[in-house]
Amino acid sequence: MKYFHLIWAALMRRKTRTIFTMLSVLAAFLLFGLLNSVRVAFTSGSKSVAGVDRLVVTSRYSIIQGLPQSLQAQIANIPGVKLVDHANWFGGIYQDPKNFVLSFSVGPHYLDLFPEIELPDAQRKAFDADRTGAVVGEALAERYHWKIGDKIPLQSTIFPQKNGDKTWPFEIVGIFKEGKNGANGLDQVFFFHWKYFDEANAFNGHDVGWYVLRLDDPKQADRVAHAVDALSANSDHETRTQTESAFNASFAKQIGDIGLIVGAIMAAVFFTLILLTGNTMAQAVRERIPELAVLKTLGFTGRGVLALVLGESVLLLLIGGVIGMALAAVVAPGVSKGSGGMVQLPPVGAGNWLQGIIVMLVIGVLVGLLPAMRAMRLRIVDALAGR
Amino acid sequence: MNAAVEAVQNNNQPLVQIRNLSKVYERGKQKLEVLHHIDLDIARGDFFALMGPSGSGKTTLLNMIGGLDSPTDGSLSVDGKRIDKMGEGQLARWRAGNVGFVFQFYNLMPALSAQKNVELPLLLTRLSGAQRRKNASIALQLVGLSDRASHKPSELSGGQQQRVAIARAIVSDPTLLVCDEPTGDLDRQSAEEVLTLLQRLNREHGKTIVMVTHDPKAAEYASHTLHLDKGTLVEQQRVV
Ligand SMILES: Nc1ncnc2c1ncn2[C@@H]1O[C@H](COP(=O)(O)OP(=O)(O)OP(=O)(O)O)[C@@H](O)[C@H]1O
Ligand SMILES: [Mg+2]
Repeated sequence: MKYFHLIWAALMRRKTRTIFTMLSVLAAFLLFGLLNSVRVAFTSGSKSVAGVDRLVVTSRYSIIQGLPQSLQAQIANIPGVKLVDHANWFGGIYQDPKNFVLSFSVGPHYLDLFPEIELPDAQRKAFDADRTGAVVGEALAERYHWKIGDKIPLQSTIFPQKNGDKTWPFEIVGIFKEGKNGANGLDQVFFFHWKYFDEANAFNGHDVGWYVLRLDDPKQADRVAHAVDALSANSDHETRTQTESAFNASFAKQIGDIGLIVGAIMAAVFFTLILLTGNTMAQAVRERIPELAVLKTLGFTGRGVLALVLGESVLLLLIGGVIGMALAAVVAPGVSKGSGGMVQLPPVGAGNWLQGIIVMLVIGVLVGLLPAMRAMRLRIVDALAGR
Repeated sequence: MNAAVEAVQNNNQPLVQIRNLSKVYERGKQKLEVLHHIDLDIARGDFFALMGPSGSGKTTLLNMIGGLDSPTDGSLSVDGKRIDKMGEGQLARWRAGNVGFVFQFYNLMPALSAQKNVELPLLLTRLSGAQRRKNASIALQLVGLSDRASHKPSELSGGQQQRVAIARAIVSDPTLLVCDEPTGDLDRQSAEEVLTLLQRLNREHGKTIVMVTHDPKAAEYASHTLHLDKGTLVEQQRVV
């Protein structure tokens, strides 16, 4: 690319301005790198259940609304269902309201639904035998320095015990590792027995929060999902059976439409970026009109200078953007770790890189186009005479 | 560059032929006729000085000879080609191969070194990077600035900058050089250096030169002087 040094020289002509513009591009794409996968995760929520071997059954209307226990046996009877069990949201906090613990009361076989939960057999047996026993993810145990045998009180933000006490005593009987393909943040989870919860809590009417089922064959996912939902069709507890990722997305929507919020933030950032870089490019071309006129005098065609100016704006975006996204790739795991798992940022994957680079190219062309066309149309004799 | 010398010997047709050329600028409803029915021949190997009061149309005429602007009326051929008939893209390619430009204010790229400035026109050729560097070095040597190859324009004096501009103008070996007040911004000594250089390019390398100037001393370096007044040539081919 023999013209590269011309483009580079044009950028370096006003170093400070170029560097500041690149920094804003960098900042925008750092944000893009950190948040785009969050946005995608929360907006895609694909309706298709094909090709997964685990499904989540919730109330059709609200995940807060429970489901009858009687459903479990009926679901288990559907051909193609290997195993089904239930869980309830607990909403635990440890010592201080800001120490939120992702805690669930679960049926006796719930852990078996998740082969990625790696719990030693002995600890698993201990859990089965202990009414107030709890198994916790490794990262969670590390965060609060919990060891096996520790007696841990959790407060529930929702459920008091029958005696009015909001504090529930537990004993840690197992600490599990998150195996391969574990969901993000699984090792932050606190599991305990639904039986304990159901007997002791003041107002739950013995309903369960949701069911998780495992399939014999992923190809059967669609059929099984329909069969499950058909069980309670037209009842007062109609269900929705969906994939875990769709479930997680709809769960997060209880807090707010995160996909929309993140998308809006990114749109605002990029809108500002377009104005800013557009202004930089307009200025850069305006002050270089005589130079561009000289290039045309020497025989560069209109299209030639158009390409040079576009190359300049695209390069500006690519340099800032790639550094920004690379920084995001470095920073994202740090944020997840540093927040003790409270913030879970997905890694910057190939898909995000591809999308990011497409966005850089599009913005680069967009902000370069008007100045580039001005350069292309420039009349040499007028520009040389300063007209 | 010997090709040009040969061309002088072999070809007696004028390099530039201007017939009945007029230029009209339109400003809204106002029409301004800047050049009126100009007829002019410039022979190969000539060194023409173009003089005249400010606003008489010197730059306009020079720009047309260099293919930067097109006449409103009349014909203009250079080396047998009707450049007044060419479209913008065609004209751009023609300029790249046939004309070198020198301006009053040098018009170098401020961010590029002298060497890179001189290489600029060669980017449009098929020459390899090494060839481009070599040709640019030769051109810089010709103007006596080999030791300043890596300097930016801001690190050079006005006279040196103008010599870099001349190197840029000759690097692709055009037959024609057009210079618009090349010494207008220079002190006497630098002006003399630049004029001597142009004269050498004319005499030793066979370049045909058209130079606009306000300075009668500068015009003395040329072989012919032409006066333009209010868009009309008043004196033709006065041999000095
Ligand atoms: N693009 C244009 N539009 C309108 N008028 C123009 C344009 N270009 C030149 N003119 C007018 O044409 C006339 C001749 O201009 P030109 O630049 O050729 O003069 P000049 O002889 O080179 O003068 P100077 O010695 O000051 O450089 C001037 O009156 C100028 O205002
Ligand atoms: Mg002029």
